[in-house]
Amino acid sequence: MTETEQLDEDVAIEAATEVLPLDAWHRAKGGRMVEFAGYWMPIQYEGIMAEHLWVRENAGLFDVSHMGQLALSGDTVAEALEALVPGDISALKPGRMRYSLLLDEDGGILDDLMITNEGDQLGIVVNGAVKWEDIGHLRENLPDDITLNHNEDHGLLALQGPKAVDALTRLVPEAAGLVFMQATRATWNGHAVAISRSGYTGEDGFEISLPNETLEGFADALCAMEEVKPIGLGARDSLRLEAGLPLYGHDLDPTIDPVEGDLAFAISKRRREEGGFPGAARVLGHLADGSPRKRVGLLVDGKLPVREGAKLFDGNTEIGVVTSGGFAPSVGAPIAMGYVPRDHAEPGTALAAEVRGKRVACTVTAMPFVPHNYVRKTGA
Amino acid sequence: MPRYYTEEHEWIDVDGDVATVGITDFAQGQLGDIVFVEVPDTGAELSQGGDAAVVESVKAASDVYAPVDGTVTEGNSQLEEDPALVNSDPEGEGWFFRLALSDKSQLDGLMDAKAYKAFCDTL
Repeated sequence: MTETEQLDEDVAIEAATEVLPLDAWHRAKGGRMVEFAGYWMPIQYEGIMAEHLWVRENAGLFDVSHMGQLALSGDTVAEALEALVPGDISALKPGRMRYSLLLDEDGGILDDLMITNEGDQLGIVVNGAVKWEDIGHLRENLPDDITLNHNEDHGLLALQGPKAVDALTRLVPEAAGLVFMQATRATWNGHAVAISRSGYTGEDGFEISLPNETLEGFADALCAMEEVKPIGLGARDSLRLEAGLPLYGHDLDPTIDPVEGDLAFAISKRRREEGGFPGAARVLGHLADGSPRKRVGLLVDGKLPVREGAKLFDGNTEIGVVTSGGFAPSVGAPIAMGYVPRDHAEPGTALAAEVRGKRVACTVTAMPFVPHNYVRKTGA
Repeated sequence: MPRYYTEEHEWIDVDGDVATVGITDFAQGQLGDIVFVEVPDTGAELSQGGDAAVVESVKAASDVYAPVDGTVTEGNSQLEEDPALVNSDPEGEGWFFRLALSDKSQLDGLMDAKAYKAFCDTL
């Protein structure tokens, strides 16, 4: 028995696979380690299905220390970064964060990223698989008076799920005062930590950046709580798929612009009016007239999973391709996302996906597949 | 009823000229939660080492190979409704298919339980 399809990241290993600060901790917790984005990372502990459902009901701890934690500083840093992304970074207030996109000169997506106004600098979190390319792109394209720092002495943890706030507040009381897409600095056991109310599961939750040497103690303190279990990459992928969130390198790449990627919300109002971001002509044209193709969600009939690479058909005509897909534990059925022509992107459109020579009926559907549970107002 | 094993983590129970095939407990543990199983059609001619079935876990699709030559006499229709049987009872209720053996001498090349355990210990 061999796996005919594997996580593509497995293939993209360039140099020797690196070890993250929590490597031994994952192994001690029973994590099954796989190569991902150049690092050994836990794909699962007790099982993807159980871990996925745990996060939807309780709180799950993810180690995402493979992601790139960058910081940009300089007097004109917001304006400078706006030359590379389509967001209104100048309007981003201290303690606020925004999802944005690093675009190439044609408006193609080089990466998706989170930008936080940390007061004295802009914090940026980028995908692990392309962080070195991102750093090169930023260094090459930002003015010399902007300083870029790659914060390799900090790890990044995500605590996700409806009980995440209860758990994290015991360690960092400031957590309860944040709403979705807000961030603050705090201390834990005398160590400086940065927390934001954000994540990649569709649930309420937090991302916590803290010094490498404190990661294990912090992870232990959280996992000692009855609400919290460690969660692997497998459930991270199924959770984000249900939440309708694209995965860079699969659902997004440099051939796709923000409108095609169904990420037009990341193009701020002022930037739509003023342009001035890479590929603005193409992107604004697509905004005005519609893009030729679009990322859509697909509900799959039956039980056969439809995975990345499956061709999509309207009758006998091949019209698109699946970019992510699999069994959705909270939906209880297979789901997928992929690209189809604009005239096939309307929810309710009946299509077929090809899996091992068989046609599987599927229906274009609005995303998310599972409602987001973001906390936009604090109870206090 | 003798049971044999392959290096591809299939088991095969032989009863006269008919054999039952499934994947081992080791294999289901490696695959994780199984969400779909595609068993061969009755009458399908299988050849040793060739594709016989497909098992899909949450994360990936994997091929299951025929441990020996034979003609499929029955697929386990229970797996259609309840693919998780492969996780809960891989070497029992979670069997994949039955086949009429074409060449019983092929069984000689397979492992017994002790040899298979020793093989898994090397992985």
